[in-house]
Amino acid sequence: MGGWWQRALPAGVGMTRAGLLASGFRRHKLRLVLTGLSIVVAFLLFSYLVAIRKAFEMGVDVAGADRMMVRHSVSIIQSLPASYEAEIERVPGVVDATPLSWFGGIYQDPKNFIAQFPVKPEEYLAMYPEFKLPADQKAAWLRTRTGAIAGRTIATKYGWKVGDRIPIQATVWRPKGGGTTWDFDLVGIYDGKEKETDTTQFLFRQDFFEENKSFGQGRIGWYAIRIKDPSRAADVAKAIDEHFVNSPSATKTETEGAMAQGFANQVGNIGLIIVAILTAVFFIIMVVVGNTMAQSVRERTQEIGVLKALGFSNGGVLALVLGESLLLAGIAGGIGLLMGYGLVSRGDPTNGFLPIFFFPPKDLILGAALIVALGLLTGLLPALQAMRLRTVDALRRG
Amino acid sequence: MFRWLSQIGTLTTFNLRTLPQRPGSVAASLVGMAGVVAVLVGVLSIQQGFAKTLEATGSPDTAFVLRGGADGEMMSIVTRDDARLIGEAPGIAKGTVEGAATPLVSPELFVVIGLPKKTTGTDANVPLRGVVPAAFGVHDRVKIVEGRNFAWGRNEVIVGRAAQGQFRGLEVGKTLNLGQNQWQIVGAFTADGGLSESEIWTDAAVLQPAYRRGTTYQSVKVKLASVGSFQPFKDALTRNPQLDVKVQRETEFYAGQSRGMTRLIMSLGVIIGVLMGLGAVFGALITMYTAVATRTREIATLRALGFGRVPVLLSVVGESLAIAALGGALGALGAYLAFDGFETATINWQSFSQVAFAFRVGPALLALGVLYALALGLVGGLFPAIRAARLPVATALRE
Amino acid sequence: MTDTSLLDVPASARTASGSVLAQLTGVEKSFRRGAEEVRVLRGLNLELRRGEFLALMGPSGSGKSTLLNLLAGLDRPDSGSVEVEGHQIDRLSERQLAHWRARHVGLVFQFYNLLPVLSAAKNVELPLLLTPLSGAQRKQHVQTALSVVGLEHRAKHLPRQLSGGEQQRVGIARAIVTDATLILADEPTGDLDRKTGDSILDLLQALNVDHGKTIVMVTHDPHAAARASRTLHMVDGQVSTEMAA
Repeated sequence: MGGWWQRALPAGVGMTRAGLLASGFRRHKLRLVLTGLSIVVAFLLFSYLVAIRKAFEMGVDVAGADRMMVRHSVSIIQSLPASYEAEIERVPGVVDATPLSWFGGIYQDPKNFIAQFPVKPEEYLAMYPEFKLPADQKAAWLRTRTGAIAGRTIATKYGWKVGDRIPIQATVWRPKGGGTTWDFDLVGIYDGKEKETDTTQFLFRQDFFEENKSFGQGRIGWYAIRIKDPSRAADVAKAIDEHFVNSPSATKTETEGAMAQGFANQVGNIGLIIVAILTAVFFIIMVVVGNTMAQSVRERTQEIGVLKALGFSNGGVLALVLGESLLLAGIAGGIGLLMGYGLVSRGDPTNGFLPIFFFPPKDLILGAALIVALGLLTGLLPALQAMRLRTVDALRRG
Repeated sequence: MFRWLSQIGTLTTFNLRTLPQRPGSVAASLVGMAGVVAVLVGVLSIQQGFAKTLEATGSPDTAFVLRGGADGEMMSIVTRDDARLIGEAPGIAKGTVEGAATPLVSPELFVVIGLPKKTTGTDANVPLRGVVPAAFGVHDRVKIVEGRNFAWGRNEVIVGRAAQGQFRGLEVGKTLNLGQNQWQIVGAFTADGGLSESEIWTDAAVLQPAYRRGTTYQSVKVKLASVGSFQPFKDALTRNPQLDVKVQRETEFYAGQSRGMTRLIMSLGVIIGVLMGLGAVFGALITMYTAVATRTREIATLRALGFGRVPVLLSVVGESLAIAALGGALGALGAYLAFDGFETATINWQSFSQVAFAFRVGPALLALGVLYALALGLVGGLFPAIRAARLPVATALRE
Repeated sequence: MTDTSLLDVPASARTASGSVLAQLTGVEKSFRRGAEEVRVLRGLNLELRRGEFLALMGPSGSGKSTLLNLLAGLDRPDSGSVEVEGHQIDRLSERQLAHWRARHVGLVFQFYNLLPVLSAAKNVELPLLLTPLSGAQRKQHVQTALSVVGLEHRAKHLPRQLSGGEQQRVGIARAIVTDATLILADEPTGDLDRKTGDSILDLLQALNVDHGKTIVMVTHDPHAAARASRTLHMVDGQVSTEMAA
């Protein structure tokens, strides 16, 4: 709060600036507190809104531009021959291909939703540089056939430490030689380079899986490939799919983004509907709160008349009213955003269904802009009304 | 007691008559309350609709057999021998299928195919189910409503009505190109709104080679002689050392299938409901405190005339409840109009395939919405009411 | 309360005119104003006789209104006793006091204190809602009270459609409608012009003389006090002088 107060006050009016502002606040202490709390709630809701929106996008916007997926043309459920890897790598424009499969096992309870993939460690980590694994842990993984690594989020959630033995109940993929349990040795925990990075995966070795699964030898789920030039993605996809079109397992190749988008579309408009609902709610609260704030300014018409009679300029009155509403919106909205940020950062409230759940930093700026807009709008309209009022009328209106 | 009631009645009526004098704050309160209820009911209607569809699929006299440890059909494998052994268990109903009396045992093959969604044009997973003739005896709710049933041994399919609504190219008479196979769509069916309506059905014997499944199936559905036959049937299977299976009632199985969606919607619903509820309580508090403040002198006058403290308190609570009830009813009605019957499809996490369903706003949900509004109105009215009742009459009279 | 018309002189007034209706003995009352304690009434003694019209005068803060509140049962003394018709009302509970007020006291305010959303008739009817009277009986009483103050023709009007004098008449009708033992008026003419105020004073005087109502009126205005049968001057929380009219 600086110089504008001095400008608002004519020379010689010896009144404390903050005191005048505070007098407006003190008038209806309770209403002020409640209005503030409503703003806090609105911005808490806003925090969940942006996090949920992000979560339902399923990582579409963070997909690697130079990564593509090769899957069976009928659906991702159908498997592909493991021999395709070498064939895909021979297609011009492809740098590397690495296989993945959906394991779908259960850790302790079917409610614990964990994505598990058998992968080729070196190739996989090269394909996904956003997975950061310490060098010694990587080396340990390469040494240990039963080794597995887990993302930081799930490791923390289930209290896993390097060296733990993690039993996973098979559903489809039962191990050879009876039983239903696969035991993995946790040799590493990876972190994400970006906030958007999925750190809820559980990865183990493809060779160990291939050797021990009771059926389906020689087949994998799908391939992740890296291409040389993202701008030629369509051509590469066409080349790969044409190569396999007459084989028993025809393929469909699409960019990682398209695949993520496809998956988000599978979840359907439910995410969209929830986001739309939340947005509507947020604006309803803003309108209601705005009305209350504007109301309190209108009620002080007489006081504003007194200020003008004392010699305040129109600009001064405007600054006074705006300063008050901005201060309220700023403090309460700021608290709401901070609390929301804190709550959202505690992670996915659905226990695994929204693996990417965080407050996008970009939306902090949006939130701040909304706070300023709230403060300006709720102050501006009544302030302009008050300014236009003739001093004499204002005094009479009391 | 009578005197109290009549006092409360009089005062509440008086309070409600003052509402038109402060349209702004009352409208804000109404909108807030209606918003909370509409949103809560709307979000929960997604879960209700999803669960309703799955519930409509199961019947308690049908057993659902999967391989042990499997949580859904995608993860299960049942061999032909397993299916034969299951068919020999006690408690199975007999029915007439294609003119012959047979035990109603339906081994089924379940694959997922990618078809473009009408809304987005991108591929989504649609279940393609291979069945044997007994399937139509077990799933007695399946009715052909257009065209005819597929012919056994041929590359023909029938499609569910809900699947037709959500995906492109499923009209009767069209051909489905899946990999190297062509499938003729010869009919459409309904299943009382159940999950099967999101599926495509064909002959298991044709589907097995097309998807290189040998002679395996994924699940076996069994129509039981009666609801009570389930336990002996289950016991027989679990005691059989040649079998490793998980036996559930169909109703139980589908209740489990909606778990993922229920958890997703419930956890989001609770967050939204609580936050919005807080907002609405603050709104109601502001409205009611303002109402009490602007009526200070009137309230004091009434007290001076001899109206009691408690009736004054209850009348303010009553006013708040009236606003909440009206707002809640409006919100519930709005949610009903906006969401009930809204058709969409989403992924069923347990089967990794699409389920078409309609949002459902039932009476229980409507009641829940209004009750929640009343609870919020009670909290929002109580504190201002206490303030009203504790007004110092002598000074407030002269304010 | 009986069904007899309000225009009849009440039996009590006829038989016991001049006897003691209320007695305040050694009444002390102080208020906190911030850290400071203000002693408003300091050992006040007062006797109110049945059928009299008492005016209370005195400067601001002399304790007139506090005294009125004590008589009305709106407030209780710190010490001393307030006895009305032999009941020591300072001993009553909140709830009993409310009940007592409803039956025994009719209040008239400077700013009328009518409920703006209710018609004149409904405002007058309010205190009757605390009695076991039927709807028809209530209606009859309201009509009588409004005719006493000369406002039968304005019964359906809302307060904001009435002039100040008319509003005060409605206030007076509300005070007499239950046939209260005691009418307490706090600056009843304070917000009215002289002419209108005079007509209100005429009305109060008529209530006192023609209907035997006991009235206590707080006023600043010697002209108004002149209409009373007795005037008390209050200074520093005590009755200083007594003047019979």
